[in-house]
Amino acid sequence: MTAVPLDLTPAPGAAPRSRQLLAQATMELRLTLRNGEQLLLTVVIPTVLLILLTSAPIADLPKPRIDFLVPGVLALAVMSTAFTGQAIGTGFERRYGVLRRLGTAPLPRAVLLTAKTVSVLCIEVLQVALLCVVGLIAGWSPHGNPIAVVGLLLLGTAAFSALGLLMAGTLRAEATLAAANLVYLLLLVLGGVAFPLTDFSPGVRHVLELLPISALSNGLRVVLRSGGGAPLHDWVTLAVWAAVAAVAAARTFRWD
Amino acid sequence: MAAVEVSSLAKRYSSVVAVADVSFRAAAGEITAVLGPNGAGKTTTVEICAGLRLADGGTVRVLGLDPTRDGAALRARIGVMPQGGSTASGVYPSARAGEVLRLYAALHAHPLPVGPLLERLGLTAVERTPWRRLSGGEQQRLSLALCMVGRPEAVFLDEPTAGLDVAGRHAAWDLVNQLKEAGVAVVLTTHAIDEAEQLADSVVIIDAGRVVATGSPAALTHRDGERPRLQFDAPAGLAIGELLVVLPAGSAVTEPEPGHYVVTGDVTPQLAADVAAWCAQRGLIAERLTTAARSLEDVFVELTGKASTP
Repeated sequence: MTAVPLDLTPAPGAAPRSRQLLAQATMELRLTLRNGEQLLLTVVIPTVLLILLTSAPIADLPKPRIDFLVPGVLALAVMSTAFTGQAIGTGFERRYGVLRRLGTAPLPRAVLLTAKTVSVLCIEVLQVALLCVVGLIAGWSPHGNPIAVVGLLLLGTAAFSALGLLMAGTLRAEATLAAANLVYLLLLVLGGVAFPLTDFSPGVRHVLELLPISALSNGLRVVLRSGGGAPLHDWVTLAVWAAVAAVAAARTFRWD
Repeated sequence: MAAVEVSSLAKRYSSVVAVADVSFRAAAGEITAVLGPNGAGKTTTVEICAGLRLADGGTVRVLGLDPTRDGAALRARIGVMPQGGSTASGVYPSARAGEVLRLYAALHAHPLPVGPLLERLGLTAVERTPWRRLSGGEQQRLSLALCMVGRPEAVFLDEPTAGLDVAGRHAAWDLVNQLKEAGVAVVLTTHAIDEAEQLADSVVIIDAGRVVATGSPAALTHRDGERPRLQFDAPAGLAIGELLVVLPAGSAVTEPEPGHYVVTGDVTPQLAADVAAWCAQRGLIAERLTTAARSLEDVFVELTGKASTP
């Protein structure tokens, strides 16, 4: 080790929050993009599912199949990034003491959480762009108000982020890994993503409609297929999940 | 005002008392070593100072701030190096060495330059290596870099040299000494007595959650007016009186065990030569002729009843 001169005289202080946010969000984004398993979950599975179910007559879907599938797969993409990916990532950050150590640095928790959200939104932009391109190539013809679509995606992100952090902040990392993947799989099948909820009996359907994934996929489907406004109960369902999960996460989250 | 003031600190985890009663002060521009056997309460003490845990009793002031109440203000002014180890070292496993250091630099207002700091710690070659692929020593050095990159006024280092090889250890000591010379208050925990002896200006020995001794290494080892001594082995029953005649006034010779002789007094090279010459005149060799003072190790074992672990 060479003796490089370093001025170690104390000059403490926190950086401006904007600089902290940029640095932390960049780190979160880089780590996510570097994580192969997360990319499988967030990018590969939704894309493959869209292509496969569009081209292969696997299930009896409303026609045109692509118009039914794109909104559901968009909802799946939001869930995979905001919920599954974020829960698993944050769970292991807790496990490795990353959050605890960041807690000794002058990084406010609000900035850390904002950075995570910025990173999630960046990934979602990439996902949505990719899925829209694949959908358009496959003959998808979207309708509706883009602002309503963005609004639904953002509210869905809020609900799934809060649920993901609730899980990551309370369970052990290994339990989070297992549970987040299980929930992903269950909601993929039961949440109106690729299979219509009308396939279920009315009693079961009314319960499933209360799931955040059902509200998001149904809301997006109504807007994008028919150009109408998303049903109020879908907005309300997402808002209630977001609010309840956020309060629960804020109360129970353990940083170490 | 001391940089760190801990008084009557207490902390328990459910039924286990981690810290029963710990008080000490640490000054700016000094290295304070919290020394004790495993489980003595060292880590808990440091974690409370760093604002990572809440105390159950007592008061802690770091740079005049309460780590619990003034946490946000304090975090901008201190550096914390958590204990290493594979499970919870506090760094993203897939983040590269340079990335992590740049992140921590960006969180502070006037950080050290990242490139020279990496170079200074011998980490330039692994700048693009993910944390999980770094060797234990490299992780430990990067961890040290993370805690000092923000140019803190006080640093808390929990077992900073655990797992380092000899060269890495000396490099870390060198850096810690430079922090001290720059006026930083350094508080470190260690169970390595030689580390405390060589590095610390002040040593706080704790055992079972209580302070059992405080002072500089010199003050701790020269307590009770104990003087250094010379000792050697030779056949039992030598004429001690005759030896005493050739030694300077004020010397004393005893034979605490048959064949083991202890000379106390002004221990000088001449004294050693006189003892050896006196033996030689009698056709004897003064075997295992050594000087011995009470070491910090003796003090530690005496106070804690435990042998140190390397």
